[in-house]
Amino acid sequence: MPRELAHLSDEAVIALVARSDDLALAELYDRYGRAAYGLALRVVRDASLAEDVVQDAFLGIWRGASRFLPEKAKAAAWIMTLVHRRAVDVVRREQHRRTEPLDEGHSGGADTSAEDVAWLRFERDRVQAALRQLPDQQREAIELAYYGGFSQSELADRLGMPLGTIKSRMFAGLAQLRELLALDTTEGAWTS
Amino acid sequence: MDELMHDLVAPYALDALDADDLREFEEHLSHCERCREELATLREPVTALAFGAPEAVPPADLRDRLLEQARSERPNVVPLRRRFAVAPALAAVATCAAVALGVWVAVGAGGGSGPLRSSSLAGAAGSVITADDGGNGVLVLSNLRRAPQGKTYEAWVIEGSTARPAALFQAGPGTVTVRLSERVPRGARVGVTVERAGGASSPTSAPLALSAPL
Repeated sequence: MPRELAHLSDEAVIALVARSDDLALAELYDRYGRAAYGLALRVVRDASLAEDVVQDAFLGIWRGASRFLPEKAKAAAWIMTLVHRRAVDVVRREQHRRTEPLDEGHSGGADTSAEDVAWLRFERDRVQAALRQLPDQQREAIELAYYGGFSQSELADRLGMPLGTIKSRMFAGLAQLRELLALDTTEGAWTS
Repeated sequence: MDELMHDLVAPYALDALDADDLREFEEHLSHCERCREELATLREPVTALAFGAPEAVPPADLRDRLLEQARSERPNVVPLRRRFAVAPALAAVATCAAVALGVWVAVGAGGGSGPLRSSSLAGAAGSVITADDGGNGVLVLSNLRRAPQGKTYEAWVIEGSTARPAALFQAGPGTVTVRLSERVPRGARVGVTVERAGGASSPTSAPLALSAPL
């Protein structure tokens, strides 16, 4: 299927979504749906819940695109924040805990371009490599919170640590992750 | 108190606050510049985490279901009835009575009672207004710079990957109303490019202004 909006920036596509242009919503989904689903599935660990999360998040974009302020956040950050918050809401509500095996999802069937898929793989490897360089305790706090959907107080209970320690590990871990990702100068193909 | 709140920036960035803390922190954030700045520095690593999740392919029908649901709740496809619609549709672009009259005539007011379809343009101040049972429709543009020497603006009716030439026009200060020489089928868009004087038979560049599907 030709993507006639493929030349537009994310911000321009969101501006069209704000005007209820469904082709623009389709374009946004083709750009971010795969990453959104990967994140949702990682957090909720259930294919059908992950689909609900992605659908709810994109409908949130559809309804709320006019509230997106490009000067405040990048489009990718905004979209993935919506997806993640929705996923965390679902996992806390469902008490669907992460001890269950990861459902691998489905094969085939998306309009994501080969370049986008290649970029997603590249970016995932880059982030995973940076995460592996974090001290174990910081990495654990970040992964359990972000991918596990645990709240800080749940984490303190689970790890038997004071809440203050958990907060410090999260902050130190994110700050170091930022440094590690900034050191990695190979990024850049995404915006073209 | 503020120090305690400040410690919540990282858990907030990770969506790891419990509901009560979340409400309290968002209230704090609305008046704490320091926390907002710190949060901004954490946005990049958190977004990176989002893209660091294992690869998974969503089922193909998720896209269709999402789009179907979105279309079913689209707020602005409620057909505008002609009698009430011309004024609000135009209010967005111009309040000039002469323009309103031009549009009224051009879309074939007087006969017919079919719905008007309209869309504002992305990329330039203006709108497209058309009707199923009237004329072809018009493009209304405000304060578009004059086309460069030796160039002209060209309007296109775009359906899928096909663009049909629909008007050549100049622009300038104020509002111009351009009658389209082509019908605008449902779902088509109207776009504008700059072309060599005399026009082109297909667009030579991406549109500088583009409507939503009408």
